[in-house]
Amino acid sequence: MSTGTSTGAHPFVRLEGVRKTYAVGKEEFLAVSDVTIDIHDGELVSIVGPSGCGKSTILCILAELHEATEGKVEIGSPDSPFTPGRDIGMVFQKALLLKWRTIVDNVLLPAEILGLPKKASRERARDLLEMVGIADFADAYPQQLSGGMQQRASIARALIHDPKLILMDEPFGALDALTRERMNLELLRIWKESRKTILFVTHGIQEAVFLGSQVAVMTASPARMADHFDIELPEPRTLDVKTTEKFGEYTRRIYSLLGMQ
Amino acid sequence: MSAWKNYGYAIGAHVAFIAVWQLATMVTDLPSYILPSPLEAIRELGEPSYNWGMHIWATALAIFGGYFLAVIVGVTLAVLFVWVPALNSGVMPLLVTINMVPKIAMAPLFIVWLGFGIVPNMIIAFTICFFPIVLTTHRGLIEVEPDLINLVRSIKANRWQIFSKILLPGSLPYLFSGMKVAAVLAVAGAIVGEFIASERGLGHFLLAQQNALNTSAMMMALVFITLIGVALYGLVLLLEYIFITRKGIVT
Repeated sequence: MSTGTSTGAHPFVRLEGVRKTYAVGKEEFLAVSDVTIDIHDGELVSIVGPSGCGKSTILCILAELHEATEGKVEIGSPDSPFTPGRDIGMVFQKALLLKWRTIVDNVLLPAEILGLPKKASRERARDLLEMVGIADFADAYPQQLSGGMQQRASIARALIHDPKLILMDEPFGALDALTRERMNLELLRIWKESRKTILFVTHGIQEAVFLGSQVAVMTASPARMADHFDIELPEPRTLDVKTTEKFGEYTRRIYSLLGMQ
Repeated sequence: MSAWKNYGYAIGAHVAFIAVWQLATMVTDLPSYILPSPLEAIRELGEPSYNWGMHIWATALAIFGGYFLAVIVGVTLAVLFVWVPALNSGVMPLLVTINMVPKIAMAPLFIVWLGFGIVPNMIIAFTICFFPIVLTTHRGLIEVEPDLINLVRSIKANRWQIFSKILLPGSLPYLFSGMKVAAVLAVAGAIVGEFIASERGLGHFLLAQQNALNTSAMMMALVFITLIGVALYGLVLLLEYIFITRKGIVT
């Protein structure tokens, strides 16, 4: 759609001056503003900020659940075209598994909704459960799994229809600190294996820096994107990264953007 | 193993209850027209003129008929309320108001409208147990995580898919809790109908025996009414087990 020949430089997601307001009675309520960011195909971008900064609103706009009031929202590039209503996978803070379905049947839900071939999807679901490390629990019910394992299942569910863009809304926010650290490492591995573009919304500054190749920092009142910048840390990211000077600089920078220093 | 142990306790408690009843009649001098013993009550089964089979059949038909009619109509209405918002904002408040009318007090009206027989009793049972089913099922249908709906809407799930894959199965635990409450009410409803106007049924039989001060036959009738209720409740528990408990869902 856009200009000329494709280069790797064409972003997969382009948000430009995106703003969203709601009318509450006669008052106008600002959900988010000043959202400008380019996300490249296969990139993992963190969005960090306090409650009420509009992080989740951005995800809803990208998933076409809400419409932006102003600004430009473009998803897809010549190299990687995007089909709305098809190429989106979502993961939330709660695993939101259907308790009357087994894990593998939960993973299959998006495939059923999209009417994908049954047999091939089932095989893919098993493979994905293998990848997220809960293959042994494929036929268990969600309530038999720990919170971390449930979240692994919900990540597999987000991948079942092979979408190009994964939106994660504080996916590890409800997990205990140690499980959360482990899931961070797991997510990096899953991201590398699946080569998806991931937008990762979090409250955790350390988590945002550790995971993202780019971090967008959001502030509340007014709800806006204050800044975004690349995170240049050694790859592959291991826990050692967290003790480096650079990691500290990035986190300090975010703290000060959030007015916490 | 421990499940069997629990069954043992439950059966033990029932047997003990009957034993205490029997003992109480033996150690006290209460005349049998006040408190007949269980054995005396059972002896009434041998009286052919009581026509137990006919009365049990009539009462069971009124209870089960009214009850399952209530389940069908109740679930259908609850679904309609979810699908048609205008219906929900109009008819739902009306239902809540009508629910305040004591259903038992409407029984004489039904007799006027529908006459004698099993059908009016069925309708009374239906009226009394229909409300909890509508209300709980409706509640179950709307109690859904908004993010889950967002998730499936992001891949353009249609209304039918959302309803059949998420809302309806999610409402089952609520439906069953309503059905359990309703089972108790259905029994009461049918018996009241039989009290007011009937030529058959255990409620009618109870009143007839009261006139004769035949307390042991009354006791036996009560036992049968209870057993019909227990059978209905057991059926609901069985269905709940098949659809919910077996899948490890906590209700």
